[in-house]
Amino acid sequence: MTKKTKTICSIIAGLVIAAFIFYVGEEVSSSSMLRTVLQLGTIYALVAVSMNLLNGFTGQFSLGQAGFMAIGAYTYAVLTIPVDKKANVYYLYGIADSLADVELPLWIGIIAGGLLAALLAAIVGAPVLRLKSDYFAIATLGFSEIVRILVGSSPFNRITNGSLGLNSIPGNPSYYTPFIVAGICIAIIVLLLTSSYGRAFKAIREDEIAAEAMGIRLSTHKQMAFIISSFFTGISGALLAMYLGAITSTTFPIMLTYNILLIIVIGGMGSVTGSILAAFLVTAAKEWWLRFLDQTMMIGDFQVPLLRTGFRMVVFSLILMLVVLFWRKGIMGQKEFSWDGLLNLFKRVKNRLWGNSKKGGALNG
Amino acid sequence: MDNVKPSVLRLEDITMQFGGVVAVNNLSLEVRKGEIIGLIGPNGAGKTTAFNVVTGVYAPTNGALYLNDNLIITNYPRGKMKEFYQGENKGKYTKSMILSPDRITKMGVARTFQNIRLFKDLTVFENVLIAKHMNIKANIFSATFRLNRKEEQWMREDAMSLLRILGLDKNKNDIASSLPYGKQRRLEIARALATKPSLLLLDEPAAGMNPQESDELMHFIGRIRDDFDLSILMIEHHMQLVMGVCERIYVLDYGINIAEGNPAEIQNNPRVIEAYLGVDE
Repeated sequence: MTKKTKTICSIIAGLVIAAFIFYVGEEVSSSSMLRTVLQLGTIYALVAVSMNLLNGFTGQFSLGQAGFMAIGAYTYAVLTIPVDKKANVYYLYGIADSLADVELPLWIGIIAGGLLAALLAAIVGAPVLRLKSDYFAIATLGFSEIVRILVGSSPFNRITNGSLGLNSIPGNPSYYTPFIVAGICIAIIVLLLTSSYGRAFKAIREDEIAAEAMGIRLSTHKQMAFIISSFFTGISGALLAMYLGAITSTTFPIMLTYNILLIIVIGGMGSVTGSILAAFLVTAAKEWWLRFLDQTMMIGDFQVPLLRTGFRMVVFSLILMLVVLFWRKGIMGQKEFSWDGLLNLFKRVKNRLWGNSKKGGALNG
Repeated sequence: MDNVKPSVLRLEDITMQFGGVVAVNNLSLEVRKGEIIGLIGPNGAGKTTAFNVVTGVYAPTNGALYLNDNLIITNYPRGKMKEFYQGENKGKYTKSMILSPDRITKMGVARTFQNIRLFKDLTVFENVLIAKHMNIKANIFSATFRLNRKEEQWMREDAMSLLRILGLDKNKNDIASSLPYGKQRRLEIARALATKPSLLLLDEPAAGMNPQESDELMHFIGRIRDDFDLSILMIEHHMQLVMGVCERIYVLDYGINIAEGNPAEIQNNPRVIEAYLGVDE
């Protein structure tokens, strides 16, 4: 394939995706599952890509995503809930005086959510990034739990509304908001990854000792990756708050982090396109395609066994185990989507289905 | 002796002790500009430890290290080490100055590793390009938004010309781990050269090579010394290579420097023969 045809293919693919999103936005009813999956999938795609920036590209295995999402979501909510609705939201504890008259534009709320998450990452990162592999994962996991418990605890009642959580959070101004915001953020991450700093991150993932011997300062580069990843995780938290309209501290359990981890493992650690693809696949499977497993089903008089509430998650876990056992690199491995790759895949599938039995036969000897 | 070339690297009384084990004991060594120096010794003699001290991976327990006659690393037994210290020259050094490996690389010391440490899943070109990152002037924002086009282009051109000089340009887009062994070694040297060093440390560059390959390597080392204006310190077991290319040789045994001199002197030194072959009972 020449470069020109590839560019044309990419443009066409981009247009098709945009047209699809537009079609769903204009023609499909707002209660449809497709819309939910697209919007939620986009938000998860952003968290997954920013988690991948740290875990898959820099090789620092962090499990603090839920915490940073919570910070982004709460910051967005606290700053943007309309003043006239605040009395209603904070009916039990009242609101902190300094926040009573605050109602900022939505985009400032989103960016503030990212910035606060980044700031906390900067503070936490300095000591935590000295830890290696599993210890780093445990420390960030702990951080995430601390954040979750703090935002739901009584000293912060007048800011976060304690265990009651926040509601009346201004929603998406339009159906397209998450696509635009996440699109811009992912584009920035991709630009970063293809810059010299992105290469340095990959070098750290590949071999810390060699990276250091090449003059790459480990502490500052890990810190940069951690802060930037947290910034975009915070933004996705704000988008989630926007989408949900109401949040409590239980919206951001450890399970949320594992869900995102699952997405990047299925998509491929170290692949942006893999993360995006997997975000939509996992969201669609979880929220939509596998829903039927939760309902009792009757075929004639026969009730299909096992199908009842909760069975969906069992099947989901099984699929996960299979992926981890047999398809460890995920959909994309460390590669990114390319037209050549797709063409090769077609060829391989074609060869396997038709002909080439002579070549294949030798392998079985 | 007024025609003595300026010193590039000087170790003074370097001792490296891990717990109760003295890996390097009181090593003093000097590399002068343009020299190729060999560091030899039986397995476990402390050669690689000495390299790790020079490159900042380990902070020495005692002693001082000079680059271009500037003191850059010095240490003395502190804390627990005060009691345990078994080396010599206790009390001679009273300052502590430690640098991380990236800082030392920036000062012009590059190295290769005994067990090749390439960025395995990245391409040959990326491997070399990464070594150019340390001198980047753009910050992370201007690099992300491509405001440093010129710099980026310059980095790429530099990396490319290096690959061409070392004959790796045909493998530019190959994944590093897919290269044959000899080329991986060569790529590691290319990557080290990309940091624009004045001193190159080679840790067993000929390990795993057949006689013909190591013969080629010998000429190659001489060539890059001249082309890149380098001084070279190398650890090597292939005696033919060491004797053929090194101007002076230091011999370590059990962490102690037992001999130094030119190849002929070393070959006839009874202590060296004893260290390598043992002595008649």
